[in-house]
Amino acid sequence: MIAFEDVSHDYGGGPLFRDVSLRLEQGSFHFLTGPSGAGKSTILKLCYGELQPSSGTVSVLGHDLGKMARDQLAETRQRIGVVHQDCQFLDHLSVAQNVGLPLTTTGRELAESDLTDLLGWVGLGDHASALPPTLSGGERQRASLARAVIAGPRLLLADEPTGNLDWDMSQRLLMLMVELNRMGTAVLIATHDLNLIRFAKAHVNARVLRFAGRKLQIAGAEL
Amino acid sequence: MSARAISDLVVPRSGQSIWLITLSAAAMGFLAVFALALSVTSANLARGWSASLAQTATVRISAAAAELDAQTAIVLDVLRTTPGIAEARVMVVEEQAALLEAWLGPDLPLDALPLPRLIELRETEEGPDRQGLRLRLSAEAPGAVYDDHTRWRRPLAQAAARMRTFAVFSLVLIGAVMTAIIALAASASLASNGQVIKVLRLVGAKDRFIARAFVRRISRRALLGASAGTAAACAALLTMPELDGTAHVLAGIGLQGMGWALPLVIPVLAMALAWIASMATAFYVLKGVT
Repeated sequence: MIAFEDVSHDYGGGPLFRDVSLRLEQGSFHFLTGPSGAGKSTILKLCYGELQPSSGTVSVLGHDLGKMARDQLAETRQRIGVVHQDCQFLDHLSVAQNVGLPLTTTGRELAESDLTDLLGWVGLGDHASALPPTLSGGERQRASLARAVIAGPRLLLADEPTGNLDWDMSQRLLMLMVELNRMGTAVLIATHDLNLIRFAKAHVNARVLRFAGRKLQIAGAEL
Repeated sequence: MSARAISDLVVPRSGQSIWLITLSAAAMGFLAVFALALSVTSANLARGWSASLAQTATVRISAAAAELDAQTAIVLDVLRTTPGIAEARVMVVEEQAALLEAWLGPDLPLDALPLPRLIELRETEEGPDRQGLRLRLSAEAPGAVYDDHTRWRRPLAQAAARMRTFAVFSLVLIGAVMTAIIALAASASLASNGQVIKVLRLVGAKDRFIARAFVRRISRRALLGASAGTAAACAALLTMPELDGTAHVLAGIGLQGMGWALPLVIPVLAMALAWIASMATAFYVLKGVT
């Protein structure tokens, strides 16, 4: 599903991380944790091709992202759901229209009832016609998650998806991701929230990848 | 709302570049109608002038008043016996007055002017031996000059052809300028909507989807602007004064009859140019955005 081979990344001020090799299989559930600035968001961006590694290769869904044409990369992204930390939307479209964008861009239609159910599940049933700038931080995160899962992705990448949410809503959204994982979607979540990781481990066979120094390693049983 | 309907909305409606496209298309549509009218007019004039002057000629007789009738009779006799002349007719005074009216005004005192006598000829398709006719006339009626209008017809035809070339060149120039403006405006529109492109890319939109979203908006604005400009120009052409009094010289100026259908092509052409220019620009710009 995701394969990193000797991946290093450098933003220009020295390497952020070095020689990272990892393999995440289909249907797996992983957390990515570590101190701020360690490279969690960078790892996710490398997974969907927003960034290219300074060295090494990143393969997603069997394809080397570095060798893809733009349209090929777009097709790969259509099978990846991404929850961005900064939750970017088209501010002139409604929440419902933004959530439906992954379908719109591929010419697919979504039943109104399915969209309503999904928005209801993430607690935005009353905000379907609201514009994104009117949403709170937590509501934007929930809308971002709804957009990430609406097309039934094979891979879900989430960057601090519960950072602005209360504990109840965090659990609710995590369970949505667990359900998706049970249906075969591979999930990779970057988070600081150890409680969230512990909660997930009670429901799914989740593994934790942790940055230590400039290396990425599997965390021990303490997590 | 359908996916197609939403895809029409992904580019915000606001933006100065969209107004620039509308205004430039309106201005270019307005100018294109006049260039088109000039082109049609020059073609009509060339055709009209050629048709009215072809197969006609004039013999001008300048002689003392006492000899004028005798020379006229000799000339008519020569013309009747010349192969290639279908008809020869002495123009009456009223006809000469009508010819001069355009230059000297009405109520002309013709008696006070030493006017030559004019004989109007209608030639057959083959026409006469012009050189031979000139020689016979100079021998038998020294005051008679044969004029087959060549010296008028040639420069008129050349002027009309040149006018038409200028008009067509103007149309090409208008199209080129509009294409350039739309390409620049499309580029500005794409640059100012970087966030839209970024979001669409992140959700898996291909270049074609993103480009089409911009191109549809731009093409529609170009169609709207060019339609308004074309309509305004047609209205302006309708305010042109009637040319009844000088119709024999200026017949065919402006758009007439089915010619009024020609401006309908301009908005369609403007939209097609906008589509091509903005699509090419969009793909070029999107190449640089991952």
